[in-house]
Amino acid sequence: MSKFPEHIAIEKANPTAVLDWHERFGDRTLIVEAKQIVEVVRTLKDAFGYDMLVDLTCVDYLPRRPRFEMVYHFLNVESKARLRVKAQLEESHARVASLMEFYPIADWFEREVWDLFGIKFEGHTNLKRIMLYEEFEGHPLRKDYPKTKRQPLMGPQN
Amino acid sequence: MSELIQSPTMDMTRSLSSNVMTTRFDKLLGWARKYSLFQYPFVTACCGMEFMSTACSHYDLDRFGAAFPRFSPRQADVIWVVGTISHKIAPVLKTIYEQMADPKWVVSFGACASCGGPYDNYATVQGIDTIIPVDVYIAGCPPRPEAVLDGLLKLQELIQNQKHEWK
Ligand code: SF4
Repeated sequence: MSKFPEHIAIEKANPTAVLDWHERFGDRTLIVEAKQIVEVVRTLKDAFGYDMLVDLTCVDYLPRRPRFEMVYHFLNVESKARLRVKAQLEESHARVASLMEFYPIADWFEREVWDLFGIKFEGHTNLKRIMLYEEFEGHPLRKDYPKTKRQPLMGPQN
Repeated sequence: MSELIQSPTMDMTRSLSSNVMTTRFDKLLGWARKYSLFQYPFVTACCGMEFMSTACSHYDLDRFGAAFPRFSPRQADVIWVVGTISHKIAPVLKTIYEQMADPKWVVSFGACASCGGPYDNYATVQGIDTIIPVDVYIAGCPPRPEAVLDGLLKLQELIQNQKHEWK
């Protein structure tokens, strides 16, 4: 298995950015340093034409450390190339740069991740809940959100 | 002629019986109301597909006098709550129910609306009867159109036999 071109280019521009990588069944994944996500995405978009952010989500791996993992899926619409980028976040520093400046759709994706996982996106201009109501406390897709905890706007508690 | 003079009431009953029906006013109102249901479909999830197939010509809700959807609650008689109700939409459902003019009925369509269905989680109301009163529950995930029609017939039976306010 040899490094794929995106990996080599990112390493050239930011030698410390890529932490790990793997490729299975044609799915190529880069695990990058969360603090450098903006530089990584800039390279991917400008040099490799990944012009579509297909998905942006998060996984909570409690009790692993680092606890959270951001997952980005990119697509080059013309060549149909796909790339998955992951970045791990510590619970104590659950924040990462927003990708709004590169992909406008990141606006809603990031609001969703903020709503359900409580990851802060630096540089996001309107980071508020998108799925749940403003009165909701906590982030329900975090593994330590109690399974039976209910916060109804009306009606009985359980 | 002599018979007529003997028993005028009996003869009147006989001649009226083929032209007039006597009933209680309540029953008459029930009969009229059960066959002129304007419905408000409050469709939020996958059950909606089944509602559509029941309402369209294949199964044809119109046969039962319940075909006319009104998307203003003020003009609706029955609200069909079709699908998953989240805590976020719950206040909207309650408002819409309160906006409906009396007499009004509520049908809870499918497992989600009736009891939360497969979703026992932070987001889902565990049965709309925690928010508004329900007249008929239809089981299934989603219910087959036959079940929906059965639910409608049950609702009509209920309307026929209930006490009606009319003043
Ligand atoms: S009862 Fe089943 S089909 Fe109906 S809304 Fe719920 S999950 Fe969907």
